[in-house]
Amino acid sequence: MLENRRKILKRIVEATAVIGAVLIMPKLAFAKWSKAFDADTTEAAMTGLFNNTETIASDKVFLKVPEIAENGAVVPVNVKTDIENVKSISVVAFKNPQPLACSFTIPEGTDSDVSIRIRLFETMDVQAIVETHDGKLFSVQKEVKVTIGGCGG
Amino acid sequence: MKVKAKVKNDKVKVKLLVKHPMDTGLQKDKNSGDLIPVKYIHELSCVHDGKTVFLASFGRAVSKDPYLAFSFSGGKKGDTLSLKWVDSMGDTEEFEAVIK
Repeated sequence: MLENRRKILKRIVEATAVIGAVLIMPKLAFAKWSKAFDADTTEAAMTGLFNNTETIASDKVFLKVPEIAENGAVVPVNVKTDIENVKSISVVAFKNPQPLACSFTIPEGTDSDVSIRIRLFETMDVQAIVETHDGKLFSVQKEVKVTIGGCGG
Repeated sequence: MKVKAKVKNDKVKVKLLVKHPMDTGLQKDKNSGDLIPVKYIHELSCVHDGKTVFLASFGRAVSKDPYLAFSFSGGKKGDTLSLKWVDSMGDTEEFEAVIK
């Protein structure tokens, strides 16, 4: 009987923990996605995401993109930075129907070095934006020539 | 979701590939000619030891079957990473990966 009660109690505690985790975790983990990703101008996207449209050109932000992308549907992008106190790293593709491509939150302990593959609608400038905790935006941009556009088809 | 997490020089290097159409709303269905509705991943998170070590927010410009690579400190061999994504239609996938 005693054994049984212990088991039941243990189950209750476990179940409560699981329910608690389910209720709390998604909110913690998924709280950042912003309507800015659906914005159709760079300005609206920047305002939505950073509440700031002013970027400072920086030689401490490194953007690696191919000069010529044969297939606009899969363009490898790597962004790195030597800047400290990084809050987020974002990629903007100016001439895409929705310019904001992606944004990564960089918690302390995570490297400011991310790779992803994005689509480019046509030949355009791609910009990497590094946001610091004091609200500044550092950026660098590079042109990618696209042979076959990658959004429609 | 395919995830590779490896310890290298005291850091955990994570590479992952998600199987997802990432429909932009601009593509047409090849048979019917109708536009395929927008459906793309909004967010992807990676949690290690109760801490979110990486959080990615996507727009529709992210390629079909998204690929990501990042690294973080503090993980060790045998630890578990919990990954999860949610898309614009509310679909989600959760995945656990062991650091090698």
